[in-house]
Amino acid sequence: MDVLTLSRLQFAMTAGFHFIFVSLTLGLSVLVAWMETCYVRTGDEIYLKMTKFWGKLFLINFAVGVVTGLTMEFQFGMNWAEYSKYVGDIFGVPLAIEATVAFFLESTFIGLWIFGWNRVSKKVHALAIWIVALASNLSALWILLANGWMQHPVGFVLRNNRAELVDFMAVITSPYGWLKFTHTVLGGYVVGAFFVMGIAAWHLLRKNQPLFYEKSFRMAAVFGLISSFLVIAIGDFHAAEVARTQPTKLAAMESIWETERGVPLYLLVLPDAKNERNAVELIGIPKVTSYLAYRDFNAEIKGLKAFPAKDRPPVMEVFLSFRLMVMLGTLFLILSAIAFYLSWKDRLETNPLFLRIMLYTIPLPYLAAQLGWIVAEVGRQPWIVYGVLRTSEGVSRQIEPVQVLTSLIGFGLFYSFLGIMDFYLLAKYARKGPEEDLPLSVKPLALKEV
Amino acid sequence: MEFQIIWFVLWGVLWAAYFMTDGFDLGVGILYPFLGKTDGEKRTLINTIGPVWDGNEVWLVTAGGATFAAFPVVYASMFSYLYTALLIILFALILRGVAFEFRGKGESETWKKGWDRAIFLGSLIPALLFGVAFGNIFQGLPMDGAGYHGSLLTLLNPYGLLTGLLFVLLFTVHGALWTAMKTLGSLSAHAVVFAKKSWYALVLVAVLFLINTAFQTKLYANYFAHPLWFAVPLLAVTSLPAVRLFLVRNQYFNAFLSSCVTIVMITLTGVIGLYPNLIPSSLDPAYSLSIFNASSSVYTLKIMTVVALFFMPVVIAYQIWVYRVFRGKLVIEEVLKDREAY
Repeated sequence: MDVLTLSRLQFAMTAGFHFIFVSLTLGLSVLVAWMETCYVRTGDEIYLKMTKFWGKLFLINFAVGVVTGLTMEFQFGMNWAEYSKYVGDIFGVPLAIEATVAFFLESTFIGLWIFGWNRVSKKVHALAIWIVALASNLSALWILLANGWMQHPVGFVLRNNRAELVDFMAVITSPYGWLKFTHTVLGGYVVGAFFVMGIAAWHLLRKNQPLFYEKSFRMAAVFGLISSFLVIAIGDFHAAEVARTQPTKLAAMESIWETERGVPLYLLVLPDAKNERNAVELIGIPKVTSYLAYRDFNAEIKGLKAFPAKDRPPVMEVFLSFRLMVMLGTLFLILSAIAFYLSWKDRLETNPLFLRIMLYTIPLPYLAAQLGWIVAEVGRQPWIVYGVLRTSEGVSRQIEPVQVLTSLIGFGLFYSFLGIMDFYLLAKYARKGPEEDLPLSVKPLALKEV
Repeated sequence: MEFQIIWFVLWGVLWAAYFMTDGFDLGVGILYPFLGKTDGEKRTLINTIGPVWDGNEVWLVTAGGATFAAFPVVYASMFSYLYTALLIILFALILRGVAFEFRGKGESETWKKGWDRAIFLGSLIPALLFGVAFGNIFQGLPMDGAGYHGSLLTLLNPYGLLTGLLFVLLFTVHGALWTAMKTLGSLSAHAVVFAKKSWYALVLVAVLFLINTAFQTKLYANYFAHPLWFAVPLLAVTSLPAVRLFLVRNQYFNAFLSSCVTIVMITLTGVIGLYPNLIPSSLDPAYSLSIFNASSSVYTLKIMTVVALFFMPVVIAYQIWVYRVFRGKLVIEEVLKDREAY
């Protein structure tokens, strides 16, 4: 295999792995912050217990998310040096801003939150986790504005053998970037909500501390319902933006080969990329795809055949990932609506089947998030910056295949180890439940002036 | 032109800030197996740096991000040329980061011992390799129009290794002073003994480094052209006896501050000597990466300057505030009782 293939595999693997932890961080930080706010407002100890229990799981997950993020920053230079030189003038800016405005906040205040229980007031302590939640989201904003630029480059000119920034406002107000940000972050909220509901369901099935887990479940259900609805709504606008800016990606997502007006939405499709057609197209709803893409039932959609073969992304992967993601998104909306209704009516415990479903649903929002990234990144191929720079032109020239093969295997083994450790600890502490004998009044650590 | 210079200065300051802050927590990690004999001592050591190490490491991320934004060619070259070395640093930092979080969350001895080793190696390896990397940058990398002509082994030359050793000792002393300042009783006393012993090694290696720099690099050329700048290496040299002086008087906080000065001034000594290069070529100066041929457009640099001027003071303010929140010494018995501690 060549450096290009190996580097792409490595990037896909390290980014995909990183995002497992990031997505949960995004959602769970908000939920834990909400729980602690309830504690500060009501003084009810159960909320403190909730903050500590879910907070512990949050931290186990957070640690891996933070450290695997380092890899992402190093990798642009290590494996994608030509890309970094070509677009550094633009792409480096949001990355540097991300570190300055988000990472510092996140990393400094998480330290305060973990170790500061007895050192700052309750309000300041709750504020610390809100800052962590805000900073995680802020970091997502900047990195997704950067990714949004790769998808739909704006505000630049080609000059001095590179892309140079000429309009910073265009980059940070890019609708593509903002849609991507909101859609991705909401996906993370769904992950967080289903994580909490799933673990709470496991305990409710065992009748462990029902009050504690019902309350946790209810909060997550509210959060999950709002998020699953919004992630679909934003996703719809996001797809329309893709149609406007990335016609090849849209055609691959829907597996459309011929350019037509009033394109129907087929419920069953099987792409046949070799013969540039669909082997199966069944149960069509007339004109719906045209409407979803352009808000016009008779709009023309460019098929893949309208583009030279060398400019088309792989169809099967993008199409299947997109379909599956959409189906999962719909499932989350249905499940969280039921979850909300049952927990609101206090009927969770009389519905063990539903609780069991919620337990086994925990991995699915993670899967949906990964599928979303496949649509976004594989769908952008063969470009690393859509329409501007090909992926093959962005890879480092100075590295050898054996170097990348070694690092790829290294990452594979190392990340598997981290993943197993993390899963083991999450399962262990999730099973264990909250600390029973929480000290009601906590004595401060001995403070002696230096 | 001015903006390139501003970013050259900020580039040097960011690395100096990284080595100054993460330096002591890397140092505590290096000392960890030697100072932490009991579980209580180990946990206390982790808890002295627990609240702050993560925030310290962001200085590295910011230095990397700023290099990318301000000098993309330097970022791309440095990271792809030093591929394997950076990969090793990366793995070490990742392992160390999760070790702090995971160690206390298992009960078995094997579990704890494994993560103990991760903390030690995850601290020692980055300290050594950052030194090796900077030693090589000070010397210049073998690169020309065709790219880089070296490997991981080329980096391990005597001057590179000397700089690596210098960094390890700088951080060890720094970490020992931090421990002396943040703990009580025998743990603090052991840290003081360690600081005193490693101080001798540090002075020896620092002197060797400064002398060798004259022969192995062109760093001093800038100083001879503008002798006023000699103040910086001079401050580096004079802060070392200051460390000792405060140490023997048991003024650990002042000794620690002096050690901060040493690290910052040694880093800046190298950076000032590099100007206007960021990475010199050891083959042909025409291929050196400098602020002239490797920077972003002035427009980008302007935006970055506004961001830095606006946000960096805020960052520094809240980081200092958090350090103040966690001021004072840790008592082993209290750490063992505290459920939220690591």
